[in-house]
Amino acid sequence: MAEAVGVAAESLAGDRARAARTVLDQVVLPGEELLLPEQEDAEGPGGAGERPLRLNAGTRSRGRVVCGPGLRRCGDRLLVTKCGRLRHKEPGGSSGGGVYWVDSQQKRYVPVKGDHVIGIVTAKSGDIFKVDVGGSEPASLSYLAFEGATKRNRPNVQVGDLIYGQFVVANKDMEPEMVCIDSCGRASGMGVIGQDGLLFKVTLGLIRKLLAPDCEILQEVGKLYPLEIVFGMNGRIWVKAKTIQQTLILANILEACEHMTADQRKQIFSRLAES
Amino acid sequence: MAAERKTKLSKNLLRMKFMQRGLDSETKKQLEEEEKKIISEEHWYLDLPELKEKECFIIEEQSFLLCEDLLYGRMSFRGFNPEVEKLMLQMNAKNKVEEVESEAVELDVSDEEMARRYETLVGTIGKKFAKKRDRANYEEDENGHIKPTVKVKKMFLKPQD
Repeated sequence: MAEAVGVAAESLAGDRARAARTVLDQVVLPGEELLLPEQEDAEGPGGAGERPLRLNAGTRSRGRVVCGPGLRRCGDRLLVTKCGRLRHKEPGGSSGGGVYWVDSQQKRYVPVKGDHVIGIVTAKSGDIFKVDVGGSEPASLSYLAFEGATKRNRPNVQVGDLIYGQFVVANKDMEPEMVCIDSCGRASGMGVIGQDGLLFKVTLGLIRKLLAPDCEILQEVGKLYPLEIVFGMNGRIWVKAKTIQQTLILANILEACEHMTADQRKQIFSRLAES
Repeated sequence: MAAERKTKLSKNLLRMKFMQRGLDSETKKQLEEEEKKIISEEHWYLDLPELKEKECFIIEEQSFLLCEDLLYGRMSFRGFNPEVEKLMLQMNAKNKVEEVESEAVELDVSDEEMARRYETLVGTIGKKFAKKRDRANYEEDENGHIKPTVKVKKMFLKPQD
C-alpha cells in the first residue's frame, strides 16, 4: 500500500515538475517542483525524442544556481515552499545560472542572516539586550556590538529603545543574534534610532517594494518636506518629520500606497504638493 | 613415515615465537596472512551504503538582499538629518560605483591631453640631463614650455671666390 502511494506521489510530482524558465513571473505553489535549465534536457517533458539538438551538450558548464527565499533545495531538485510569483535575476558575472526566488506576500517575519531590521529592546540582562524583531523569538544583542563600545564604555541603551541592526546569526535552530556594527566595526547608520518619530508595521512585500531602486514612491515622498525614514526588513517602518501632523501624513501615505496604482499615487502626491 | 608426522605440527604451535625461527618463508607468509584475516574480521564496521558526494549546483540563500538590489534602509530627505543623508548617498552609491568607474577611466585624460603633456615633458626632462653648455639650447617658448632648439650642425662653409 505504502509503495503504491509512493509511486502515485512520484508520478504526480513528475507531472507537476515544470521548467523554471517557462513559469517566470507566474504564480507557483508550495510543493511544486521546478526544473532548472540544466535539468530540462535530461528529464524535461518531451523526453529524448524531442530534445533540441545541441552542439556542446556535454561540455556545457553547469553554472551555480542560487535559490532564494521561497525555494528549497532537496537533493538535486528544486522545490517551492511559498506561494507567489517566481522571479529570476540574470547572473552578474560570466558564470552561474542566476538567482531564482519567489516574490511572496506575507506579514510574518523570519529572521534571515544579513537583514537590516528595526527591533525594540525588551530586556537588559547582563551582557546582552533582548530585542523584539517580530520573529518567533527575541534576538540577542551584545552590548559590545555597538560602535565604540568597550567593556568599560557601555552604550546607552534603555528598555523600549528602537534599534536598527543587522542579523549575524539567524537560523532555525538557534537564537537570532543582532549587531549594530558592520564588518569594519563602524556603525554605518545602525544603532539606537533617535527620539520621537512613529513606528508602524506593514507587510514584508511593501518594504521590498519601497526599497526597490526604481521605486518612485520614495522619490515623491522625499520632495514633500524634510523627513527621515528607517525601513526594517521585518516589516517595520519608522518615520519622523518636523511636526506630528507631517509624520502622520507620511505614515498614512506609505501604508496606503501598497494597494494603489501608479496613477492613483500620482494624484495623491500632486494633491499633497498643492496643500 | 616419521618425517611426515614431524611436519604436521599444529598451527597454534607454529605461531609461537620460539617455533618461528625454524620456519621457512612460505609458511611464515601463510601464517601472517591468516593472522591478518583474523584481526580484520574482529573489527567492527557499520553496514552502510557508500556516501556519495555529489557536486551540487544549487545554493540556498534565504535573503532578499541578493535577489533584489534593495536600497539601504535609512533615509533622510531635504536635510532633515544630514548625517543620514550623507550615509544614504554612500551606501546607495555602492551599486553604481562600478559603472561610474569605467566611465571615469575613459573621461579622465583624453589622448590629446596625454600627448600634449608628454610633449612638454620631453623638454623638461631633457634639460635635466643636458650639460651646461647645451642648456642654452633649451629655450622657453611663449607658453612657458621648454623645448630643445634644433641644433644646426656647423659645417664648413666654402668661401666664395
